[in-house]
Amino acid sequence: MNARYTRTAMGLHWLIAIAIFGTFALGTYMADLRVSPTMLKLYSWHKWAGVTIFLLAILRLAWRLGHPPPALPSHMAALERLAAHAGHLALYGLMFAIPLSGWLMSSAKGFQTVWFGLLPLPDLVAKDEALGALLEQVHLVLNYVLLALVVVHVVAALKHHFINRDDVLLRMWPQTRK
Amino acid sequence: MSLSKVGRKLALGAMAMMMAWSVNAVEYDRIDPASSRIDFGFKQMGVGMDGRFDRFSVQLQFDPVKPEAARAVLELQVDSVDTGSVEGNEEVKGKLWFDSANHPLARFESSQLKALGEGRFELSGNLTIKGHTKAVIASLSYVPDGANARIEGRFPIKRADFGVGEGEWADYGLVANEIEVRFSFLALSAGN
Repeated sequence: MNARYTRTAMGLHWLIAIAIFGTFALGTYMADLRVSPTMLKLYSWHKWAGVTIFLLAILRLAWRLGHPPPALPSHMAALERLAAHAGHLALYGLMFAIPLSGWLMSSAKGFQTVWFGLLPLPDLVAKDEALGALLEQVHLVLNYVLLALVVVHVVAALKHHFINRDDVLLRMWPQTRK
Repeated sequence: MSLSKVGRKLALGAMAMMMAWSVNAVEYDRIDPASSRIDFGFKQMGVGMDGRFDRFSVQLQFDPVKPEAARAVLELQVDSVDTGSVEGNEEVKGKLWFDSANHPLARFESSQLKALGEGRFELSGNLTIKGHTKAVIASLSYVPDGANARIEGRFPIKRADFGVGEGEWADYGLVANEIEVRFSFLALSAGN
């Protein structure tokens, strides 16, 4: 039995990780900008990145369904396993929920999302100022939850590697040796 | 048939025609602002956007059977712009866009109305925004509605022609140069 994630799963994990960091940072930075060409560009790029993450997450979930991840190390207690699964489940949920909330917020604020300026996504909700403000809060809160979960995720991976000295981090760590 | 009979028939015919004309010859002399609107559409980074102007006035003199005598003057308060967001509205009132402090009004003055048949017309005129005047041609449709009439039309403009969106905003890949102006007026007939 393979104790490591597949290369595709690793690729998607790290690609999405980088994309989330970049999109999160961009979102935090752009939120306070005055209206300017730069601001319009950054908002568009942020939205394009969000749609891309959403699609990558679908791809990743589909891949995972066909390629179950390696089993957790045997030393983990039932509660630890439960926490690990719950954490991963929540991370998956947020990978879908955050772009979705951004897309809906954008529609509610009257700005359609057009992926890379080419592919228009339908407006699932009509323009509605109050709904737009609400979805903005939802988007914000979900992102803070994501930030907290990612911190827990990273700390847990490091704990497994440096304290438990198991292969939990390594099974997701791309190997350079043949 | 005697000459006098022919004469009488002609006279009757002429009278009937005049009556028919007088039925058609409604003159519209103003619009109902509450049932009228001016919108515009543009693309922003590939995203179709719509905007609106809320305050405008129209002087009108329009008889559909006498297009050559038609005249229309529209004055629009540029600070009544609604681009869809509060921040956007504040931005476009500024110097680089409409500069509403120095150019509060945009104005359209008709120069010619051509009937194209079946309730369609072509309206030519001069549009002045931010001190720049440019000839524009709008296609119009005219649909009588009781004593009133719905007049709708659209025309394309390029914002660069009017200095709308200068400096850092003169990047037409970001906010497109092409703007489509659409209007729908409820014209009221004289005496109504």
